[in-house]
Parts: sequence; structure tokens; C-alpha cells
Amino acid sequence: MSTTITGTRPQTKAPGVLCLGLARIGYETRLYFRSPDTLLFTFFFPFIMLGIFTAAFSSSGNIGTNPDGTGGVSVGAYYLPGMLAAGMLLSGVQNLAVDIAGERSDGTLKRLGGTPLSPLSYFVGKIGQVFVTAILQAALLMLVARFAFNIALPSEPEKWGTFAWVFLFGVITSAFLGIALSALPRSGRSATAVVTPVVLVLQFVSGVYLQFNVLPDWMQNLASIFPLKWMAQGMRSVFLPDSFAAAEQTGSWDLIWVAAALGVWLVVGLVLSRVTFRWIRRDV
Amino acid sequence: MTSTPPVVQVRDLQKSYGSVEAVRGVSFSIAAGETFALLGPNGAGKSTTIEILEGYRDRTGGAVSVLGIDPRRGGLDWKARLGIVLQTSAESGNVTVTEQLRHFAGLYPNPRDVDEVIDATGLREKSKTRIGKLSGGQRRRVDVALGIIGRPELLFLDEPTTGFDPEARHQFWSLIRGLKAEGTTILLTTHYLEEAAQLGDRAGIIAGGRLIDIGSIDDLGGADARIPLVRWRDENGRIREERTNRPARVVAELTARLNGAEPDDLEIIRPSLEDVYLALVRDDEAEAAGRAATPSGSQLIDQDVPA
Repeated sequence: MSTTITGTRPQTKAPGVLCLGLARIGYETRLYFRSPDTLLFTFFFPFIMLGIFTAAFSSSGNIGTNPDGTGGVSVGAYYLPGMLAAGMLLSGVQNLAVDIAGERSDGTLKRLGGTPLSPLSYFVGKIGQVFVTAILQAALLMLVARFAFNIALPSEPEKWGTFAWVFLFGVITSAFLGIALSALPRSGRSATAVVTPVVLVLQFVSGVYLQFNVLPDWMQNLASIFPLKWMAQGMRSVFLPDSFAAAEQTGSWDLIWVAAALGVWLVVGLVLSRVTFRWIRRDV
Repeated sequence: MTSTPPVVQVRDLQKSYGSVEAVRGVSFSIAAGETFALLGPNGAGKSTTIEILEGYRDRTGGAVSVLGIDPRRGGLDWKARLGIVLQTSAESGNVTVTEQLRHFAGLYPNPRDVDEVIDATGLREKSKTRIGKLSGGQRRRVDVALGIIGRPELLFLDEPTTGFDPEARHQFWSLIRGLKAEGTTILLTTHYLEEAAQLGDRAGIIAGGRLIDIGSIDDLGGADARIPLVRWRDENGRIREERTNRPARVVAELTARLNGAEPDDLEIIRPSLEDVYLALVRDDEAEAAGRAATPSGSQLIDQDVPA
């Protein structure tokens, strides 16, 4: 250490909220890819599950085949939309809830709270990180599905249009719910224990790991309260043949209800995030 | 020229956590460019006080102004003028020193040069190392670097040199002297009294949530506390002490009494800041114990305040 510290104090303008938010996205994304836990349990988890399902059920033939032998899809193709939906949920809810709870307990948030960083810029950084990583994850998942598991991807532009809004809506809703859920764990260490069961149970009842139409009615109704069921349903409408719509709860894709459910949860997540977020746990 | 208003002004500050009164009526002010050391035992209320000034905690009573603003209402512009080195930091360090400093520099309107701060804090060799792989003392340097990167007008240093080896501590002192020379106002808490003596212009001593003394470093404890102490072992093997402003004369008389023989274990002790501090805190503890031992007094006070 030396004493050579220049003393000039020229007046410059404070960096803008959005500018800092964009800078945060780069910083946050770099940190995401440097965390082995996040890479394994958020980024690569859907790949691992898709691989397991494809391998485990490879000999059991196609799903949803018509009596005349047409219209079925492979097990891998059937599970791809569920894994994409799971990826959206993990990238938002699990990633952010564990990440922010950890930052709160290890002092990162306290330090940021003492700087001129606006909480808004912080949120832009977190949500931007979720978007960047979720898009990479989905793109990679589809590439692996197409070229490693030989799963056909839709060619109709309107299917990709549906994919775009379900993905966008689902990811941003997941991100806000993740920020909201981060207020729950009392410490960074307990975060995984609080968040993982929620996310895991949701995946089981929402038609990600188990075929949704074989679940009992009460479980289907329960799952319909939560957003993951609607993300999975929206993704099924994109990647499965239209004949599969008959297996949904009402016998159709119900995209309007997908939009409505995600919209409601988006607002719930936004309000909860806004109300619960603090740089530090305030003392009484 | 009119005199500039104090950078920090604290009047009758109070803070309770439930029924526990952590801070009980503390008042002090810090002038522009001054380095003020807040000293006191663990749990005395130092960190609570400093965190109220930083805007992290709400106060229960009293008036506080930091850079002319009540920390309760301090916005981003206000935070841009502060530098904060917290007492503890243990964030997961998956970024390198340079990356972290560059990022934090970007948060401030008028940051220092990143390389300059890296050199000033002695982190050049570790600049490309992830913070998680640094030693405790090196991490503390990163904390200090992050505290000064925004070119603060007021710097809070809450036990900044914990975990530093003596050499690093001396380097840190010269860094802080550089900041002082530049006009930075500094509020320092430390358990190293020598550090307070080296860096501080004035100091306040907090014990039991109360300011028990405040003044320039050399005046702390009053003139009596600085009176040298002559200590020796007498013919019966007992330790004898005498406080005196004329230690040479006492020693001369002692030697005369012993017919020129050398007194055993002779010492002349000029009380250091540490001695003065320890005496003040000890006196205060004895006083507090005295207060607690006479319950009649407190009962009277209790009766005055309806529940």
C-alpha cells in the first residue's frame, strides 16, 4: 500500500439506473456460470432428467399412438416440453430464491445497500441474468433434443410464436416468484432446504416428470393453482402434435388460460417482490 | 470564510432492541477532514452507532445528521458520497479482485482509478485472483479497496485491520494518512489503541451504550490519567507504585533510601492510550456495578415512569 491517491474531485453525472442494470446483467451472468451448484441443479438439471427419461423408457415404445399406429411421439419427445418448462422454473424460482437468500446472509446485499446502486438496477441485473441463462438453457436443450435424441422440432412459425410468449411470460413470472421466495429462508444455508422441496413437488404434480393426464383429478386441480402446470401445458402445445390436446384437462390447449394464469402469477410475484425485498433484515 | 458545518453530528442518540438499550444518549460531532476514532469494548454500542450513521439501522431517539442529511432519508446521491467498510464480510468470492473493483467503481459518479486503488491497497499480485481464494487479511484489503473506490467524502471504517499482520497494518495506516491528506473525513472503530493513536485526531470511548469520554487523543482521560507511574519491588518483595509528575525525583529518593542500592524491578511507566482507555473502561464498569448494587435508586426512577 502506498499513499499515492489522487485528490481531484471532478463533477461527473451519476450512472443511470438502466445503465447500471445492464452492467449488473453481465456481472450476474458471469457469477451464475462460475457457481458449480447453480450449473448442476439449475442449468444442466433438465438435461440430466431428459437423458434419464429417454434412457429409462427407450424400450417402452411411443406415447399417444392412435389405434391405427400413427400420431405417437417418442418418450424423449413427450418429455421435452416438460423439461423446457422445468428449466424456466428452475432458472427463475430456484436460482434466484437460493441466490438472493445467500446474498442476504453472506453480506453481499448489505454491502450493495451501502452503495449508490438502486434496488431497481439490482432487479434488472437478476431478471436479465435469468433471461440470458434461461434462453441459453432452452436453446441448448432443443439442440440436444434435436441432434442427440433425434426429436423433431416444430416447423410452423405460429408454434414458435406461442413458444416465444409462453417462454417470455413464464421466465419473467418465475424470476419475480424467485425474488419473492428469497425472503422466506432465514439463512443462506437453509435456502436450498426451503426452496428445493417447493420446486420439486411442483414439478411432480405439474406434469413435468409424470404424464399430467394420468394424475388424479384432485392433483391436477391443485397443480392448476400454480404457474408451472400452465408453463408445461403451453410448451406441450408447441412441441406435441395437436392430437395430444385431447389429453389435457378440458380437451384443448387452453392457451388463453395459460396466459391468464401466468399473468396473475406475474402480478403476484411482482407485488410480493416489491413488498418483501430489503437489502438487509431490518431490526425491530 | 464561515466555518464549515460538521460532517457528522450526533445528539443524544438512543437505540433499543426490545428492552435492551444498546445506545443510551450518545452525542458527538466530526468536523470536515477530521479522523474520529470510536473506541470501546465489544458490545458497547460502537457498531450499532456506526450502522445508524450509515443508514442500516433506525434509531430509537435523538438527532443524527451525516453530510447534512438524516441517514433515515439518505438517498442514492447521499450514498454516493459515503464509503463503508463493514465489520464483517464473507461474501462468496467467485469474482476476481479487479472484476469486483471495476464493477463497484461503475456504481459511483466519480470513482477512483481501479489500478490506483489496487496498488494503494497492496493487492497488485492478487488482482487476478478470485476473492474466495484470498486469505482473511487479503479479503479485508479488498473490503477497504471497495470502501474507497467511490472517492468518498466520509469513510466509515469498522475495525478495518482485523486479521492484518503488523506490516500490512502499517501500510494501511499510510494509506489512511493519504486519504486524510486529501481531506477525507473518517470515522474509525478499532480495538487496536495504537491504531487510534496513530490515525485519530479525536476519539470517543463508548461503554455500556454511553460515551464515557471524548476529546483529542492526547487529552483523553484527563491530565491525571497521563501521570507517569513509578513501580518497584520493595525489601519485603511487595510491588509498590507511585503516581508522580516527577518520576526522576521519586527514583532518586528511593535510591537514597536504599543507600545507593538498585531498587528491584524498577520501572517508570508513561500511560499509553491503551492504559488510559483500560482505566476509563474499568472505572465505568465499577461504577455500573455500583449502580446495579443499589436497587433503591433505580426503584425510585421506575416509580417515576408509569408502565
